[in-house]
Amino acid sequence: MTEDLVLPAPRQAATAGEPLLKVEGLTKHFPVKGGFPIRRTVGHVQAVDGIDLTVHVGESFGLVGESGCGKSTTGRLITRLLEPTSGSISYRGQDITHASRKQIAPIRSEIQMIFQDPYSSLNPRQTVGKIISGPMEINGINPEGGREKRVRELLEIVGLNPEHYNRFPHEFSGGQRQRIGVARALALEPKLIVADEPVSALDVSIQAQVVNLLQKVQDELGIAFLFIAHDLAVVRHFSQRVAVMYLGKVIEVGDRESIYTRPRHPYTHALLSAVPEVNLADENAAPRERIRLAGDVPSPINPPSGCRFRTRCWKAQDKCATEEPPLIRLSGNHEGHLTACHFPEDPTIEARAEDIVLDPALAALEESLEEAGDGD
Amino acid sequence: MTSPIDIEGGGSSVVVDGEPEPKTKPEDEKLIGRSPGQLMWIRFKRDRTGVISAYVVIFFFLIGLLAPLIAKLYGKTPYTVYADERPELFDSAGVPVQPNGGISGEFWFGLEPGNGYDVFTKLLYGIRNSLGISLAVTLATVLTGIVLGVAAGYLGGKTDYVISRVIDFLLAIPSQLFFIASMPVVVSLFVSPRDETPVYVRVVALISVMWVLGWMSLARILRGTALALREREFIEAAKVSGAPPGRIIRKEILPNVVTPILVQATYMLPNFVTAEAGLSFLGVGLVEPTPDWGQMFSKAATELVMQNDITYMFFPGISMIVFIVAFNLLGDSVRDAFDPKTAR
Repeated sequence: MTEDLVLPAPRQAATAGEPLLKVEGLTKHFPVKGGFPIRRTVGHVQAVDGIDLTVHVGESFGLVGESGCGKSTTGRLITRLLEPTSGSISYRGQDITHASRKQIAPIRSEIQMIFQDPYSSLNPRQTVGKIISGPMEINGINPEGGREKRVRELLEIVGLNPEHYNRFPHEFSGGQRQRIGVARALALEPKLIVADEPVSALDVSIQAQVVNLLQKVQDELGIAFLFIAHDLAVVRHFSQRVAVMYLGKVIEVGDRESIYTRPRHPYTHALLSAVPEVNLADENAAPRERIRLAGDVPSPINPPSGCRFRTRCWKAQDKCATEEPPLIRLSGNHEGHLTACHFPEDPTIEARAEDIVLDPALAALEESLEEAGDGD
Repeated sequence: MTSPIDIEGGGSSVVVDGEPEPKTKPEDEKLIGRSPGQLMWIRFKRDRTGVISAYVVIFFFLIGLLAPLIAKLYGKTPYTVYADERPELFDSAGVPVQPNGGISGEFWFGLEPGNGYDVFTKLLYGIRNSLGISLAVTLATVLTGIVLGVAAGYLGGKTDYVISRVIDFLLAIPSQLFFIASMPVVVSLFVSPRDETPVYVRVVALISVMWVLGWMSLARILRGTALALREREFIEAAKVSGAPPGRIIRKEILPNVVTPILVQATYMLPNFVTAEAGLSFLGVGLVEPTPDWGQMFSKAATELVMQNDITYMFFPGISMIVFIVAFNLLGDSVRDAFDPKTAR
């Protein structure tokens, strides 16, 4: 039924491969205030510390990493909700790094955002119609047949009843609210949507619906996505290219296949290994490697020298502490697959001869279990 | 790609060409949502105490509004000195001859000892003046509270710091003492002490003095609310779509602070009524012959009236108690209706 819908044609034929958004050396440091009686800056949270990204036209670019690694900050920097400390953001060759609200106005409508929490991203005092038509009103867009007609169309595109036009957000479920958020982002016919963990606040069955909706929107309207998520499976399903972040830095970037089946960085290996494995139907599948890290992500106020992952890495050597590994294409990597590591792993995720278990508690537990097993 | 995405949102009732589907249930035909405001109104209407006190409050405001009309129908003015016009009604001390303060078919609430003003019209006009002044003060404080509170909360940084310190400073001043001490000062700013003070100067002075020390509590609450709202994602969404700060404040923040504004205003107004009555009672508010609620108390408390005519205290006293109690109950009901989760 939804297939009958006539979707508006993309505004311009998307020439895939052309860079749409280029981010270079992007840095965001949040000052930490402290001290008594005079409050002063005592340090900086280095939330994002020099990252390079390129999002091509019509492409879906995934950004993964654990909590607090700077994914969301990156998204907010790109949508210019935060002011970058240094580095540059250019959109279609135009530098928007420090553009003021008025300077950025012409391309404001082309970069939109979908937010994480559907319960706080919709104004509770506005009707759905007002929420979705608000961006059009601000940017002076008068679609054919009026804004209301366009809003009804958008509601249909995101799979909601157009009759919901006059309803209020509190009358909808989380998934429906997120669809309203998607419709609002689509209202300006953007070319790039920054989706900041758009499904992590939804329950799993709804997640699939919303991800499929986003995929449909991306395919049919040719919108590029910067998809921020911590769910590796969702990113794998959605994104053609993936970047892995750790403590404010991109440590590995590449096409989906390279990252998920031929990762080189130890952290990417560990991250992929942490995904729970469901292996009932396909018993012949090769067993995957098993890596269990220990400890927490170091504080971004005082990150480790050299490679930031070295404190939790099983291959760390002296060189890692002194020299920061550059993000380069390693020998044996596919085109565009860059890794920042001095001692990269083999490009495979198959099981190793011996599991890497760095967590002492888990190691001790497994040892005792093994001993018990031997005793039988 | 099969799209499993139309499971929500009414499934098959999604109509592509916009024609209403005939099979929908009658209650689905009108898919107009209830706004939070409408829900509040529905909840409020269920609260019997609230509705009754709302009627009482409306009744008082109507009296204030229609006081000249009622007085005209009644045929008297609060300024007529009946001690001169009808001396046969008063004894030599100026106390009404008839019992209960001279209550009769002609003077429903009796006559004031001394000058012999008509109590009924005096009360009508007293209510009118007191409520008018309190309403003006409430409006002024609410406006100031909105502007400064929302500005402090939304802009943050230095603005917030400066406004918050001003609020702290003003809150430290004992308000009742400040009112009493500053009223003559403010009045003398406008009129030289030798001339007779016009009534409007006293009214303006009353309003401004109470306004200066009245806006802080609301501003503080709104600052907190705006501070919390600023971090909500729908504000960020508005920013991403390029909304100017003015629009964000008007369309996104203000509709969300209506609740605390209404609740606080319904608490503030009766406070201003009593404060104004207190000032007039102490002789620094409105003075004779301008009718005023509080000033009627001070008259009733004079020795001449107290000893001879206790009934004179009843009419302003009972009417004010009824009004304040009703308004405070209304304030409670408004708060409950807006925020049904707060259990009492």
